Amino acid sequence: MSNWFNEKILLGMNCREYISKHATLLNFMALIILCFSFYAMAYRLIYGLGPATNLSDTYPWGFWISFDILAGIALAAPGLTVGTVVYLFGAKDYKHFARPAILSSLLGYIFAVFALMFDLGRYYRVFYVIGWSWGLNSILFLIAWHFFLYIIICLIEWFPAFFEWLGIEKAKNFFSKLGIWATVFGVIIAGGHQSALGGLFLVAPTKIHPLWYSALLPLFFLISALFAGISMVIIESTISHKVFREQLKTFDRADFDNKTLGLAKALVIILFVYLILKVLDLTHYNNWHYLKSEYGYWYLLEVVGFVLAPALVLINSVKNKKVKLVRFTTFWVVTGVILNRFNVSLIAYNWYIPLQEKYYPTWMEIALSLGVVTLIVLFYRFIVRRMSILS
Amino acid sequence: MNRREFFKRTLTIAGSLLIARNSNASDQPLSVYSTQNKANKKNWEKFEELKETNSQIDESYAVLVDITKCIGCRRCEWACNEWNKNPNRPVKEFEASKDETPSVFDRVRRTHAGEFTVVNRFYSKNKPVYVKKQCMHCAEAACLNACFVDAFKKTPQGAVLYNPSLCVGCRYCMIACPFDIPAYEYYNALTPQITKCTMCFDRITDGKIPACVESCTSDALIFGKRSEMLKLAYNTINKNPERYINHVYGEHEAGGTNWFYISQIPFEKLGFPELDKTPIPAHSKSFLFTVKVLEVVAAAPLVWGAYYMISKNRSKKEGKKDE
Repeated sequence: MSNWFNEKILLGMNCREYISKHATLLNFMALIILCFSFYAMAYRLIYGLGPATNLSDTYPWGFWISFDILAGIALAAPGLTVGTVVYLFGAKDYKHFARPAILSSLLGYIFAVFALMFDLGRYYRVFYVIGWSWGLNSILFLIAWHFFLYIIICLIEWFPAFFEWLGIEKAKNFFSKLGIWATVFGVIIAGGHQSALGGLFLVAPTKIHPLWYSALLPLFFLISALFAGISMVIIESTISHKVFREQLKTFDRADFDNKTLGLAKALVIILFVYLILKVLDLTHYNNWHYLKSEYGYWYLLEVVGFVLAPALVLINSVKNKKVKLVRFTTFWVVTGVILNRFNVSLIAYNWYIPLQEKYYPTWMEIALSLGVVTLIVLFYRFIVRRMSILS
Repeated sequence: MNRREFFKRTLTIAGSLLIARNSNASDQPLSVYSTQNKANKKNWEKFEELKETNSQIDESYAVLVDITKCIGCRRCEWACNEWNKNPNRPVKEFEASKDETPSVFDRVRRTHAGEFTVVNRFYSKNKPVYVKKQCMHCAEAACLNACFVDAFKKTPQGAVLYNPSLCVGCRYCMIACPFDIPAYEYYNALTPQITKCTMCFDRITDGKIPACVESCTSDALIFGKRSEMLKLAYNTINKNPERYINHVYGEHEAGGTNWFYISQIPFEKLGFPELDKTPIPAHSKSFLFTVKVLEVVAAAPLVWGAYYMISKNRSKKEGKKDE
């Protein structure tokens, strides 16, 4: 047993070696973030939402929903985008991107739900929505069920790597065969709930600034999740190829750069589809006059500064094959998606109340979320080092 | 101890307990800190009890608020707290606030965990106008449809009731409500509830009228059958067309409500949201329908695609064997 543990969990080292090898500055920083985060979690559980957060009756949803759920789930879309293209449309060239993409989706969803538990007043009842009482007219009901199903789907897609690691050949083959069906339903389920996250705000037509409120909100959320997903694939592969070099037996830099440029092309197309719809939306609701206000400038910053501008830079860098610039721009795009989620759910929400009465998070809210992000990174690293995800 | 002192003292105690609170905390009304709501459970049990006889009720009730008659005595707030066992203070302190400076009326208030109704003061041509705020009891309630565990019910009497034994505490109902009514017990760590006006379901089913209506001494609140209240509203307007604007707020707003307001000045100047006839749930229902249709439609080509991939892989494998 201890042999197995040393071999599988500690990568063939003994406990002391393992710990001393991990005593790095980065790991130490992660530990500090986790300490603050766990303190915030405990404080929230013991004293309640009131003392731990700045949530109020005016702002029932705050940083946790905006960041952990709305932004987090959009960024966890790699599985939807790349997983589908590879397994369903047979884009074999991108196979190297598929397993990491699925792993990041799996971890993204699991930890988003984990973070959500702290936002729910009665977290211990969360299973009610699955099997006890159904609010069939609620968009949140659709999201809850889709999250539940999607985590199962990601697990099925990830199991081949997992059972390969455990050395259980039968289970590995079984789940490999199931993989394609999981992918098919994954497309439906992921598309459904990515759009539903935008749909959540359809019920607040009077509360959300007209520039952000639109019947197209679900579509905007879906499309921006697609480009967030592709950007995340590029970001992740860039980082993993630097950090986990030892895992890659055959690494062809030219090929990898070409694939990145291919992804960037898809990214440009989706960004422009989004932009065209945004213009259509402005025209349909005749909202142009709102652009000449403070909220209008903020809106322009989001759409021009974080969608149009990176799209133009991407066109240029694909043309001139500047792979580094592509990698940088994907960070830009992802920042734009996070900004968009905060805009819809916090800044444009209750837009008519004075600025000093608006919500801002407490340090505990931020610390808890940062801790969850750290956990995702640590788990990702843990799994990548042990299972065949990258090769 | 006057009211302000009482406020201050309790807030200092509360404040010292709450290390992480930001500086806004001192501005918060006391009712924010209220926990252990009793009205929810009581009303829900009553609703369960009456489930069978409820089907015989043919028409819902409504309350008509005549804003021109309200004098801002806040007795309705007091009576509401009293009946629903919310934290309360002597009625004199409520009545005094309209003549005080500074006064609770200095800022526009909303409902909170321990406060199901509030009266706000607005000014029209330098004259004060008092507006009571509470749950509107929508015909097609946004909160009810937003709830993912179906914890709200619209009763045949008109009241929208909340079931605390199902609520998970997601607070989506608060996002959905166009009137900003549902409040939350943020200071209860384990068993927080949504709180809001119950239209005194536990009173009207006993043949009484809601506590606030009973306490109103200026005839600003009248309780009765919904159709009769609507008729009364229009009669009042038509008798004094120079005194009222020709608009009964709540007749059509968000698909109609079980509280009506008539007023001398336009409602948007009194903090009412401008809503059209579309019930709020209609916005989400069309989306849910679209998603379901798209998911079903998308399933067919995707399943076909999966079959295609499987058979392609299989024939490839067989091809390899042949070689």
